[in-house]
Amino acid sequence: MTFTPEIINLIISVGFALSVVAFVAVFVLIAIWLERKISAHMQDRLGPMETGGWHGWLQTIADALKLLLKEDIIPQAADRPLFKLAPFIVFTGTMASFAVIPFGAHLIGSDLNIGVYYLVAVSSLVVIGILMAGWSSNNKWALYGAMRSAAQMVSYEIPIGLSLLVPIMLIGSMSMETLTNAQAGGFWKWTLFSHPPFAIIAFIIYFWASLAETNRTPFDIPEAESELVAGYHVEYSAMRFAMFFLSEYANMFVVSSVATALFLGGWYAPFRFLDVPIEVGVIWHNLAGLAWFSLKAILLVCIQMWLRWTLPRLRVDQLMHICWKIFLPFSFANVLLVSLWIVLK
Amino acid sequence: MELILFLIIGLTVIGAGMMVILTKNPVTSALYLTLAFFGLAALYVLLGAPFIAALQVMVYAGAIMVLFLFIVMLLNLRDKQTWELTTGMRRALGLVVAAGILLVALAAMKGLVSPPAPLDTDMGSPAAVGLALYRRFLLPFEVASVLLLIAIIGVVAMLKQKSPEQAPEGGGTDGRT
Repeated sequence: MTFTPEIINLIISVGFALSVVAFVAVFVLIAIWLERKISAHMQDRLGPMETGGWHGWLQTIADALKLLLKEDIIPQAADRPLFKLAPFIVFTGTMASFAVIPFGAHLIGSDLNIGVYYLVAVSSLVVIGILMAGWSSNNKWALYGAMRSAAQMVSYEIPIGLSLLVPIMLIGSMSMETLTNAQAGGFWKWTLFSHPPFAIIAFIIYFWASLAETNRTPFDIPEAESELVAGYHVEYSAMRFAMFFLSEYANMFVVSSVATALFLGGWYAPFRFLDVPIEVGVIWHNLAGLAWFSLKAILLVCIQMWLRWTLPRLRVDQLMHICWKIFLPFSFANVLLVSLWIVLK
Repeated sequence: MELILFLIIGLTVIGAGMMVILTKNPVTSALYLTLAFFGLAALYVLLGAPFIAALQVMVYAGAIMVLFLFIVMLLNLRDKQTWELTTGMRRALGLVVAAGILLVALAAMKGLVSPPAPLDTDMGSPAAVGLALYRRFLLPFEVASVLLLIAIIGVVAMLKQKSPEQAPEGGGTDGRT
């Protein structure tokens, strides 16, 4: 067998995809442990302390192993094929977003010229998966949860799209790489700070709406334990339940990394002297980029956790009120003002 | 390579399309329609128009299919209510619709006898789509937006227009609206 460029390209792509999956798995294990520790400390508890010795760092790995080995229960009245397929659809939708996330100067799956748009489009797959899960469970709580989740995600997609439009308009490209590269050279060049009023409003709307998109508190009414038991995944157990959990945490990372790439300078350091220039070596340059990117994204993930353990859950009508009567008018006004500013500039 | 991909995707789309009308369960049928839409999006990618593919996924697979599923699920068409095609009237109606679609398909295929004009390489780029929408097709585009706006306002107006005897029926359980 000869190695044509096509085959080598294929091998590199598969390798990249596998390493992204590994990265996500490790991230999720750490994030779940971190969330439990953060919530514990915010509530003046210790959280998991036993497994693994130091602050229970092995706890989620033990939990994951337990979930892998548990029995996979499928309710008798469930629509079996749909019930089995749903978690994987949700997971695919989440993982597909990673294809266009720029982890470093050359660490990007595919630099599509419609990168941001692709991200918004594939996230719609998640909604379909959640609806499938809720409906096929044949359980009223699951169906309510799925309906709420779908209504919420479809509504909040609009302010998200409109606020992502702001950096796209300011920089003039939808490619993630171009969007990141336009923010090179110090934190004052980042979109968030370089175009103060518009970008800050867009960032705030994006960040809040993305909490709804990931079904996190204060927008976690699809899984409101006090009224819906657990929402759309109430009937799921073992590995299929773990897939939903994995997707939720991976999705937190996705929305944080989109915010990082579009508003917070992507893989560039806050000061130029902290960047490793490409002359030192391509590998070091990329690794430093990956480190800065992950640092910023994980910081945003921590803010999401902090909000989750601080704020109470909203009611359904309040949730819709915020989306349609506050976020939407502000995003429209923002987009109009940015266009006006670009025309006048 | 491209031919193989085209065959796989094309067969998937046709198979999914067949399943839409062959399955008895409306939810399964709607999900097969989603699969068909995704297949069409993949075909757009093969044609070198990723932007149109993303539009297809977002508008059809994302928004429209979610609405479809919503309505089907809310109507609660479980196993009992499957679609029946027993009455002669429905069959005749189906025949007429099928004949109409066949005519449209034949008319479209007539154009394929002569080799198609070479595609513009820039055909599916965001800039090309935007320019086409805002220059060549500005009027239809704006008319479509006004139509959608009218539909939205119409829905709101219809919902607001509650007759007094209808009002107490809806606000049942806990006084929340």
